[in-house]
Amino acid sequence: MKRRFFIEKTALASMTTLLGTEIVLGATMPKGYTPLALQDPDPFKLFSKDTRMSVLNNKPWNIEAKAHLLDDKITPNKFMFIRNNGIVPEKPDSKTWTLTIDGESVKEKKTYTLEDLKSKFKQYTYQLTLECGGNGRSEFDPPAKGNQWTIGAVSCANWTGVRLRDVLEDAGIKDDAVYIGYHAADIHLSRNPEKEPISRGAPMAKAKQDETLLAFQMNGKDIPLAHGYPLRLVAGGWPASVSGKWVNRISIRNKEHDGPKMGGTSYRVPCKPVAPGEKVAEEDMCIIESMPVKSLITYPMSGAVLKKGQKLNIRGHAWAGELEVSKMEYSIDFGSTWKSCSLDGPANRLAWQHFSATIDLPGEGYYEVWARATDSRNEAQPMLLPGWNPKGYLNNACHRIAVKVA
Amino acid sequence: MDEENLSKGIRGSYRTIIVISALIVIAAIGSIYYFGEPQDELVEVEADTDDPNRIENGIHVRTGFVDAPGMQETVNNCTSCHSAQLVIQNRMDAERWKSTIDWMQKTQNLWDLGDNEDIIVDYLVKNYPVIDKGRRVALKDVEWYELQN
Repeated sequence: MKRRFFIEKTALASMTTLLGTEIVLGATMPKGYTPLALQDPDPFKLFSKDTRMSVLNNKPWNIEAKAHLLDDKITPNKFMFIRNNGIVPEKPDSKTWTLTIDGESVKEKKTYTLEDLKSKFKQYTYQLTLECGGNGRSEFDPPAKGNQWTIGAVSCANWTGVRLRDVLEDAGIKDDAVYIGYHAADIHLSRNPEKEPISRGAPMAKAKQDETLLAFQMNGKDIPLAHGYPLRLVAGGWPASVSGKWVNRISIRNKEHDGPKMGGTSYRVPCKPVAPGEKVAEEDMCIIESMPVKSLITYPMSGAVLKKGQKLNIRGHAWAGELEVSKMEYSIDFGSTWKSCSLDGPANRLAWQHFSATIDLPGEGYYEVWARATDSRNEAQPMLLPGWNPKGYLNNACHRIAVKVA
Repeated sequence: MDEENLSKGIRGSYRTIIVISALIVIAAIGSIYYFGEPQDELVEVEADTDDPNRIENGIHVRTGFVDAPGMQETVNNCTSCHSAQLVIQNRMDAERWKSTIDWMQKTQNLWDLGDNEDIIVDYLVKNYPVIDKGRRVALKDVEWYELQN
């Protein structure tokens, strides 16, 4: 998107001052009033994003990276995708923020301030891969509805917080607990206060993993507003919608959580494979859990022209949901032959892994470099689109770049 | 309040900004003449500064929708909750647009569209047709650059 809305930019000049300081927008703000500072159409300034990021949607905000922008080993905020279902909360105040643990299966409903969380529980930092379930949706045929993500709805930042498990156990988990569901402060697009834009969750086993955090820092600083300030649930390796932003309540449920975008076709794929375009009944759709194996070539940017004899160095990241990537390969002949890349181990479980290779291109001409990751269960990325599904989730087809030797 | 009065009200409260914007617009139009070809970026410079119904080069400036029968109904019913960008980036047949509308009515507080439903669906299907992509699309629009080692 290369739109320029000068009137908003002019207005923004005064509003960024607001954002620069604490966000002190009174609790008595008139209903329906949208502070320009938070909903303004210059997302790059507003969210401190690099201007090469692609804006897919400005209401709600949905912004993705490009492969070459994701070259950092630890994704900085400026290259981190934004996927919002609703409107960014208008007045998050870390001083008054609370998190309530409730639900059918909590022993004792408890409320914690941020200070309580920070002082009562041990803090951990993990680098965690967060990928939107719909990353790659734009490639499905017939097309699937929703934001048409290409490849840039993935990130791997450092998250610091307390273990969700420790907090849940402090409140007490009854034996019949099966799921947790988050509730958050974002606002439904219809502005109906009774409606939540999204309230998803995870089974207890995922909720209790060491790496599942209630995070208050990203890359060593307060979490940026667009990514969940002041408190975010972070569950790496699963669709990023499990990692609820602006979280203020977590319910321990005695059944599968039933908040908005848990049911219907949201974040679900057919339980059994279907033909492209086939209708699938809602009861035949299953919740996505771990994301599939995938990789991205982040260097060089597609379109590199090399001189004859010049070696091509490639690098990138690979990840595999709950699993590790065990093998990384590239092909310059459309899959006829594959060669190994060197592959690092993850910084910690659920962090993406870095790969690199040096390629000798045999002579002048047009090449494509295709990258293929294989996970620890020996499942590899497909070169073609994986199984079609009505909402266009889980496209983990091989990434490729175009290269020429001139 | 009719559109003209509303428009006047907005103009009143943003007078200073409008003056600045007008200067920018004049500069932009000047540069269109200067550089010959109108550029997308410059056409859209005027977004939100003036008439909310302005059409330029067949595009409704405020939303980006293609100007064709059914556009006004689409703007009126489909852009109050989410942006037009969300509509434009999607490609669906009539049946799937209808099921999307149905989903929005069941879960997202969308109102009954009445006779406008068919008008809107026709507009979307005609102006934003499904593109066949097959199982994998070839790489296209590659921007070539010299790679320095």
